[in-house]
Amino acid sequence: MKSFTTQMAWRNVWRNPRRSVLTMASVAFAGLILIFMLSWQFGSYDTMINSAVSIHTGHLQVQAEGYHDKRRIGQVVERPDAVAKVVERTKGVDTYTTRASAFSLVSSEDRTYAALVVGIDPEREPAVSTLESLVRKGSFLAPDDGYQALIGRLLARNLKVDVGDEIVLLGQGRDGSIAASAVRVKGVFESGQDEFDRSTVQIPMAAFQEVYAMRGGVHELVVVCESLDSVPAVKQRLASTLPGVEKGLVVLDWKELMPGLVQSIQMDLISGFIFYVILILVVAFSILNTFLMAIFERKKEFGVLLALGSTPGRISRMILAECGVMTGLGIAAGVVLGAAVTLYFEAHGIAFSGAEEILRQFGLPERMYPELSLLSATVGAGVVLLITSFAVIYPALRVLRLRPVDAISTIQ
Amino acid sequence: MHTLMAWRNIWRNPRRTLVILTAVVIGVWSMIFLGALMRGLTNQYLEIGISTLTGHIQVHHQDFRSDPVIQNRIDRPGRVAEALEPLLPPGSHWTERIRVNAIANTARHAQGVTLVGIDPEREARVSFIGGAVKEGNYLEPDDPYGILVGKALAEDFETRLDRRVVLMSLGVDGKVASRAFRIRGIFRAETEATEKQYMFVTMAAARDMLGLERGVTEAAVLLPSHELTGKTAEALERRLPTPPLAVQTWRDLLPLVRVTIELYDTFIFLWFLVVFIAMAFGIVNTLLMAVFERVREFGLLKALGMRPRGIVQGVLTESFFLLLLGTAAGNALGVLSVNLLAESGIDLSALAGRLAEVGMRRVGYPQLQAGGFRLANVVVFVLGIVVSLYPAVKAARFTPVEALAHT
Repeated sequence: MKSFTTQMAWRNVWRNPRRSVLTMASVAFAGLILIFMLSWQFGSYDTMINSAVSIHTGHLQVQAEGYHDKRRIGQVVERPDAVAKVVERTKGVDTYTTRASAFSLVSSEDRTYAALVVGIDPEREPAVSTLESLVRKGSFLAPDDGYQALIGRLLARNLKVDVGDEIVLLGQGRDGSIAASAVRVKGVFESGQDEFDRSTVQIPMAAFQEVYAMRGGVHELVVVCESLDSVPAVKQRLASTLPGVEKGLVVLDWKELMPGLVQSIQMDLISGFIFYVILILVVAFSILNTFLMAIFERKKEFGVLLALGSTPGRISRMILAECGVMTGLGIAAGVVLGAAVTLYFEAHGIAFSGAEEILRQFGLPERMYPELSLLSATVGAGVVLLITSFAVIYPALRVLRLRPVDAISTIQ
Repeated sequence: MHTLMAWRNIWRNPRRTLVILTAVVIGVWSMIFLGALMRGLTNQYLEIGISTLTGHIQVHHQDFRSDPVIQNRIDRPGRVAEALEPLLPPGSHWTERIRVNAIANTARHAQGVTLVGIDPEREARVSFIGGAVKEGNYLEPDDPYGILVGKALAEDFETRLDRRVVLMSLGVDGKVASRAFRIRGIFRAETEATEKQYMFVTMAAARDMLGLERGVTEAAVLLPSHELTGKTAEALERRLPTPPLAVQTWRDLLPLVRVTIELYDTFIFLWFLVVFIAMAFGIVNTLLMAVFERVREFGLLKALGMRPRGIVQGVLTESFFLLLLGTAAGNALGVLSVNLLAESGIDLSALAGRLAEVGMRRVGYPQLQAGGFRLANVVVFVLGIVVSLYPAVKAARFTPVEALAHT
């Protein structure tokens, strides 16, 4: 059974349905916008992280300490097989692959460019990265390919080479010797990220280790976990077991590997919040008027209630309940509408015509999908509730100051 | 008459008017201020892009952009100068460069870089490098072996002033040309990427290294304002032999910057609409309250012979005053806060760490722009009046009899 106060409050809300509905609508609007926008933001972060993780870094990498900063060819994981065994047995690890890389000169018949030559494991790489699916011409590497290479589309264009042509790699081996070799272009890949497509050549790990005198070492052991959420746990497990296999190794997660990505996400999140807070402030002041009116119109009524023996606290609670019902219903409607709009776009996507270029550089597809989650729904609703409740508190406190005699004699 | 009555009417309940004004003021202020902040950020992004060896207009050999090698060069730069100089609006600067891909080597390190041969004096007026050297000295015009390297690259290479760097690139004869340079200066740039990408030598040194007698790979023009770009580029295109030469503006050369600016513009407009809708609920509700309180009054006015149009006009005038006061105060606050922060800027690094790595500056300087200003005010005013039609028409519909019976 509803208490008497709430029952009165509920009836009071519907004494002026038009005004109440408008008030609730403005709260609902704020809720709708917030839930949609947050779902949008979180969805795009997920896409950005997943695409960066799957093209570049994986969830975790095992590297020699200092390799991430200095990138010296001599900073290697000496016993990749032993490390891989430990990684494979670690709980939460989905799969792994090894990579090694060396900055080199890449020459075709009449052009020379600088590029990063990456040794990959042709068998394991497709499970870790999307590289195989990015091959646009020719085909992906096979384990027994020997001296063949995949090359980025822009680099291929700059070098004026195509599938089947020969390119020469010239760099420095692990032992300081000159590393030189001719490789045949087997495939051309295109990630859409210009920097990557302009400056990368992939060759099989066996060939890489031979050319660059790696003596069995690799630079990175790239680990993919079962999910993004399991990364911290896996990282901790690996950090405790690895020193038993090989000294001087570190485990870096994708945040440490791509600090720029994390920063742009933080930046976006924070600027988003500034916008949301301002939006809700506008809404709060819009509804404050309704709440205030609900009191000043009814001074006389409150005066009578007070004279009849109702305590100011009780009236204040009734006001709180009235305003609470309106914001509560508004937020509920906002959540429902926000979820509906978000789900619609989650199914259909939103196309950004004209912005494909910029989206591709961040590894985002041209059609984007917001992602409704418990988090985006609750954060959105929570923020609206928090700020609008300030608009509720003032009128409720104001009522406490009413004096029965003055209130009754108010002329309306 | 209407005006005076409307003005008095909105002050019959000052508290209510002040509350709704606050909502309008916050809304308008946020439109102006956040609009200016975002405009400031995109402008900065554009300025950095333009000063990082782009300029407003560039002239190249038509194949240079897809195949940036010394073979695709402007063979007779004198013709470009002839065509360009009479066209330039006062306050413009221009320079010529040789820009090629190269590999930089020290004893222990090697990396791909962009080698830029410059005319030090003219270059300083066009791009960032003139004021960017923080250690050592800028290049002398005839320095045959001096080179400027970026701070981040120097750190990567573990090298410093007066050390040697060997550069290799494709020469005019199609063979690898190399030359040793001595670090004369270390420069800082807005982004680490720029510091790692570019190395500067004198034009003479670059020509000598590549085996080039004359000719440059590009001419870059810096105009006194962005708006002059399109017109000047078109005029230049008519006066130059195109092909083999090609004229490009920053819009072609910096597609990412262009798209970012367009995206921000769209976002700002949507943001204006969203804030306005939030405000509109409050405006409508407040006016409705004001109207319903005065049912008897409207009935009386009608009984006395006022036409519905007059009532609509009266209510709209009230809304007009509300909007006028709200936008005036919002604009004033907006301009004030922008001016306060335009000098010192807002340090965004506190929010997100080292932004320089992402290619953004740490400090945002809000910048007022007539366009954004106008848009905000037009959105609020026009749409504000439009939504006020609802309560106004409501007020005009009361018939005298039912209104006077209303208690």
